[in-house]
Amino acid sequence: MKHYTTIYWAFFKTSLLEQFQYRAAMAIWMIGRILEPIIYLTVWTTVAHARGGSVGSYTPADFAAYYIVLMIVNQFTFSWIMHIYDFRIRQGELSNFLLKPIHPIHGDIAENIAYKVLTAVIIFPTAILLFFLFEPNLAFHIQTFAVFLLALGIAFLMRFFIEWTLALIAFWTTRNEAINQMYFTLGLFLSGRIAPIDLLPGAIHTLADALPFRWAIAFPVELMLGRLSQEQILNGFTMQAIWLLAGFFTIQLIWRLGIKKYSAVGS
Amino acid sequence: MYYLKLIWTFFRIGILNEMAYRVNFYVQFLQSLLSLGTAIAGLAIVFSHTDTLGGWQAVDILALLGVFMFVGGVIGMVINPSMSQLMDDVRRGIFDYTLTKPCDAQFLASISQIRVWRLTDILLGAGVLIAALIYRGLDIGPREVLAFAFVLCTGGSIIYSFWLMLATLTFWFLRIENILHIFQSMYEAGRWPIGIYPHWLRYILTFLVPVAFAITVPAEALSGRLTPESMITSGLLCALLIAVSRWFWKRGLKNYSGASA
Repeated sequence: MKHYTTIYWAFFKTSLLEQFQYRAAMAIWMIGRILEPIIYLTVWTTVAHARGGSVGSYTPADFAAYYIVLMIVNQFTFSWIMHIYDFRIRQGELSNFLLKPIHPIHGDIAENIAYKVLTAVIIFPTAILLFFLFEPNLAFHIQTFAVFLLALGIAFLMRFFIEWTLALIAFWTTRNEAINQMYFTLGLFLSGRIAPIDLLPGAIHTLADALPFRWAIAFPVELMLGRLSQEQILNGFTMQAIWLLAGFFTIQLIWRLGIKKYSAVGS
Repeated sequence: MYYLKLIWTFFRIGILNEMAYRVNFYVQFLQSLLSLGTAIAGLAIVFSHTDTLGGWQAVDILALLGVFMFVGGVIGMVINPSMSQLMDDVRRGIFDYTLTKPCDAQFLASISQIRVWRLTDILLGAGVLIAALIYRGLDIGPREVLAFAFVLCTGGSIIYSFWLMLATLTFWFLRIENILHIFQSMYEAGRWPIGIYPHWLRYILTFLVPVAFAITVPAEALSGRLTPESMITSGLLCALLIAVSRWFWKRGLKNYSGASA
């Protein structure tokens, strides 16, 4: 255990220094992730006003709370691994990682955490600013917040495992753009980004329940908003646990298969 | 005439380049279809809860989506790749070769890269737009079509000039290729009528990153809500930005000194 903490700390520090070099680029790449929730927040607020005050159980103030928390949850759980892995494999860059006496996923996780720590400087002030601009209906309870943090932590690992697994498909395809876009599209609908899951048509609910997207984003958000019953919360954590384990075991399997397939290109 | 011939030549080179990677066509086509499907599904969800959005009917928003895809396709086909190439060339000093050619450097730099597969977005966008108009019963006359063509051209030129100014910054600051990404992110907001956004965001999308003039205003022309004021503003802003970006470009050129010599 001690061993891992030292390694993670070392990875974390290097990534932090490395990424700090690109702080301007980092801020620019965040615009999209900040703007998207604002766009849908505006759309749904407009719909709510047109309907005389609310859509389903959401008033404009509820939408504001929903999308501000969603922005934070998405920021802390997302990874860019799917967009770089095919490059790593195609360019033979992966060979460097294979030489190290440690599974490459650890470096990636540490790098991702370093990025989240750095960008916290942008995301929290933005959230506060949006708080004043949109006046959300968000009450703060310390217990809810503690449970939310737990759900957020699991969501991060779960999403990371799943996206890392999908990224490894590049061992067989070498180009992943189409798969990535498919995953992105599903996520847009099923994780509650286009609309809160409650507002989606019934048929999509079943799909959203079965797939991981909802449990990675919509679940922590609704939890924080205090919209879930005890039973729903338990159910949510169960689904998170299932997908976390599923992701964990698929990684072992697909990594073992993929690494056999891999042959470095170049010198 | 000479310029048209040059554009055609670059277009042909673009086709020849891409013919080597034909699979990319299917990938691009799949991606365009997927993003169209996503957009329509998103519209369907929103309009399952309401009849109008900020005064726009579903079919008007569909027309807006067509304009969004069309303009996005033009940007993705010519403007974005050419401007990225320009920034890359300036950094590596290859821009010398553009300068030595017997033709206007701004023009050459603006069409140097043409990604022909992005035509799929342009065609799909036009298709969606026409489908929306037919669905509405083709209730527009030649006046609306002319107004639409006018504000689409001025809006497109505004976007181009804006993009050129961003790219021109490269003559002073070498490593700023990420700056183009600002526009790409903000462009997403154009899928919905600018009028629904809060004041501060509407202001940003109109004057700081002029998405409004390229998408919302042309779509307004088709649904009969174009005011003479926004038509005039679009024309004036277009003329102003073309002049300013040209001036800025010349200033930038003076600052260019090559990289390898």
